[in-house]
Amino acid sequence: MNANCESINVCKTYAGKPALEDVSLQINGGEIVALLGHNGAGKTTLINSLLGQIKLDAGQCLVNGEDAASRTVRTHRAAMLQVSNVPDTLTIQEHIQLFQAYYPQPMPLPDVLSLAGLTDMAQRRSKNLSGGEKQRLMFALAICGNANILFLDEPSVGMDIQSRRRMWQAITDLKNQGKAILLTTHYLEEAELLANRIAIIHGGKIIKQGTPDEIKQVSNGGEIQCRTQLSIDQLQRLPGVIKVAHQDRRMNLTCEHLNHALSALLQQDFNLSHLTASGATLEQALLAITDNA
Amino acid sequence: MTTANLTKINHSQLLFTETKLEWLKTLRQPAFTLPALLFPLMFYLFFGILFAKTTEHSAYMLVTYGVFGIIGPALFSFGVGVAVERGQGWFALKQASPAPAWSMIIARTLVSLAFAVVIISVLFIMAATLGKVTMSAQHWLSLFAILLAGAVPFCLMGLLFGLFLPSNSAAAIVNLIYLPMAFLSGLWMPIFLLPELMQTLANVLPPYHLSQLGLAATGMQHQSSVWVHAGYLVAFTLMMFAITVVVYNKRRN
Repeated sequence: MNANCESINVCKTYAGKPALEDVSLQINGGEIVALLGHNGAGKTTLINSLLGQIKLDAGQCLVNGEDAASRTVRTHRAAMLQVSNVPDTLTIQEHIQLFQAYYPQPMPLPDVLSLAGLTDMAQRRSKNLSGGEKQRLMFALAICGNANILFLDEPSVGMDIQSRRRMWQAITDLKNQGKAILLTTHYLEEAELLANRIAIIHGGKIIKQGTPDEIKQVSNGGEIQCRTQLSIDQLQRLPGVIKVAHQDRRMNLTCEHLNHALSALLQQDFNLSHLTASGATLEQALLAITDNA
Repeated sequence: MTTANLTKINHSQLLFTETKLEWLKTLRQPAFTLPALLFPLMFYLFFGILFAKTTEHSAYMLVTYGVFGIIGPALFSFGVGVAVERGQGWFALKQASPAPAWSMIIARTLVSLAFAVVIISVLFIMAATLGKVTMSAQHWLSLFAILLAGAVPFCLMGLLFGLFLPSNSAAAIVNLIYLPMAFLSGLWMPIFLLPELMQTLANVLPPYHLSQLGLAATGMQHQSSVWVHAGYLVAFTLMMFAITVVVYNKRRN
């Protein structure tokens, strides 16, 4: 059976305030799903539900077809949660060895160290770790059990660019091995690069799901760069334009409706040159989706 | 499903690793280990040997400082250790992992017991050499066994503290409970020297009952029947166990 993990119509209320409302999400083996949303949108509550850590008011969470809270599925999944600090008297290698002991067939230690980029610091005590080093250790603890379902809660927060890219590679490798991966992140570049599917959660509801391309199409917005005879004032009055910036003669228009702005611009300035237009970024799409929700 | 999921975790290997690392973790924290080891030894040296008028006093104080000595590591390892890891989010990570609760609890208990063995042994050596305490082999052995077994309820009590104390003030609060409780149980000063009211109050304190059992085991005079003291400790242990299970499970909601 392939690895898979899903929430079905899950509802959870905290102190009368709905944290999850009818949330259904499925993550299959060989797939990365990015869960995006504001802080407090319900990402962590959903992960905790899939970890079997909280009692649901309604609905169910399944891990490989079994109840997420049951003991038998605990070795099928692993999580990278956010911790403020790590017990600092053990070495990195000792921490990993302990978590390996929790799983029946752990990943060999050298592989864990190399995937997490910790080979050179295996013998170091986990004291005074930088934010990025701490994240790499947490990543190592999540992957060391060789579980086929992984929850990565903001994995690359606080990392430098180099370690972030290495972690992206490791996550992609794990996906290619057939693992089902749920990722939350505030770095949209990360979501766009890694995710096969994006789910947007807002106010405890999943309001949009799709591939990164499908999500981006939701927004009509975009950017136009050009040289034009029109004044800044005239540009600002064009339909669909929300912001105008310029660098020397080169204009940069931020549009809420790219097509409207572009056709108006072409009609008003026949001498338009150096034109480039690009569709919405994931960030614009995300903002458009959550603002309308 | 892959074969990985069909094989079982090696439980003895898990317990070995968990205990070994818990032990290393503790040893590498001299700020915890040194006071836990030195306080009871120092106190016993002053109040049980240097200031003692007779070897009977030294023998009596050996029992009470023995109780004092074994409670410290139990309360601190669990109470402060668990509270700190909970505050870090580390405890939640372990709860989300397949780590069974028993492996952490047994590992920490074994480490507390190892500390207790060291403390009791050094106290015994001090008592026998510097304090000139003489007892039959059977008395030495039963006292050793009672002190060691007596550490278990305090491990549970510590675990309970660890589950609800705020992590940044856990050490201070545990001290605020540990030290007055030790005094009021007659661990520092014989219970019969305390005012009547405090002697009555001591009846609700588990260290009092443990020390009385220790006195009984070494053929010394004790306050009530052995069964009363033992019964209280058993009841206390079961109650701590029940509350701990409830609190531990409640945190999962």
